[in-house]
Amino acid sequence: MRRKLFFGGLVVALPLALAAVILHPTRAKSDDTKASPAEVRVDNFSFGPDTLTVPANSTVTWVNKDDVPHVIASNDGLFKSKALDTDDKYSYTFAKAGTYSYYCSIHPKMVGKVVVQ
Amino acid sequence: MAKRNLFDPNPSGVIEHDHNNDGIDRRGFLKCMAWAGTGALCVIQGGVLKSHALASHMGSQMKSHKLGELSFVQISDSHMGFNKPANPDVIATLKAAVDKINALPEQPEFLLHTGDISHLSKPEEFDNVDQILKATNKQIFFVPGEHDVLNDDGAMFRERYAKNSKGQGWYSFDKNGVHFIGLVNVMNLKAGGLGTLGSEQLEWLEDDVKHLKSSTPIVVFAHIPLWTVYPQWGWGTEDSTQALSYLKKFGSVTVLNGHIHQTMQKVEGNVTFHTAFSTAFPQPAPGKAEGPGPMKVPAEQLRSVLGITDVNYVQGRHALAVVDSSLA
Repeated sequence: MRRKLFFGGLVVALPLALAAVILHPTRAKSDDTKASPAEVRVDNFSFGPDTLTVPANSTVTWVNKDDVPHVIASNDGLFKSKALDTDDKYSYTFAKAGTYSYYCSIHPKMVGKVVVQ
Repeated sequence: MAKRNLFDPNPSGVIEHDHNNDGIDRRGFLKCMAWAGTGALCVIQGGVLKSHALASHMGSQMKSHKLGELSFVQISDSHMGFNKPANPDVIATLKAAVDKINALPEQPEFLLHTGDISHLSKPEEFDNVDQILKATNKQIFFVPGEHDVLNDDGAMFRERYAKNSKGQGWYSFDKNGVHFIGLVNVMNLKAGGLGTLGSEQLEWLEDDVKHLKSSTPIVVFAHIPLWTVYPQWGWGTEDSTQALSYLKKFGSVTVLNGHIHQTMQKVEGNVTFHTAFSTAFPQPAPGKAEGPGPMKVPAEQLRSVLGITDVNYVQGRHALAVVDSSLA
């Protein structure tokens, strides 16, 4: 009886642990960058990484980790987010290859690039 | 631009660290500082004693109870809606600023708000500020900060605060012989750049001052500094030199800005530049942190780094007296 219970616990726990590894966003990112959406952290008035390289059709997500809002805007007007408050996110899917320069439209010293291959 | 040290070398006004080699040091400002030669006096200190300090520096020409022909107050960067550790209660500190204004020995005729009224351009944030400032019973003139024009290119700001303005919200008016110019430098910012006035506004400005006598005192107010404080953090305005070139003929030009959440002054020829305290949270001195974001100070020190600016104009004096006082 004890043995069976223990085994049953393993059966439940193992898939849960696996699921946690696969679904946890930061783990998923470091384990497999191709399969997960690319992320740019907006922190301390800068973009990290400031140049991000992704394959075509990738969705890039910016997440604001600052205590003040930021606005993600491409230099040529192709995309522009609403104001992102702390922990807000904005995503854009890059269909074609090219270099896309962007900045924060309210703190224009903040600049970054997405290189789509 | 020529840079020189104009500050009174008295012990309380000593510039301790001049990192930018421009005669300006924040620690020096935060004590007590005066500059000579222009007739302007600026005292940075906490508490209500500032008018006495002003009067004692300027002698019998300026009594604390009768400072001059025109008195007004600048407040800035209320950031209503901000609730992070640097100040979880911006309502309380704005109310403290109102109390400070209402306690001034000489009541200002009106207020200037140099932008970032709200944190996220939300109607309820503007409503809160309006409600709190109502307790001053004063007319208030606003210019927008970048936080006031999020998402709608400033349409809501203009509808609320600048109905009769030109272009994106700029305007001018006259009070007691002083010409006031409210400028907008937080719109259409270019990647990698600083604040921007833009050609349409510059043309308007040139025309606005063309017919004024050169003896007219000028006060320019705008959110982002109209002098280059620290370009690495965007603390400056791309085309401010052009704007200031239209003001060269005037004997007295006072430029009042916000945005950097700390007091700074600089005098260049006929122009006195000044930035005001925020009523919400402090920001680091230029280059003193990794970025210019909100700075957390111990709770008991917060009100010593927030404040208001009292400005007095006395007929016949060359420049306006600008006095910062903290909320402590």
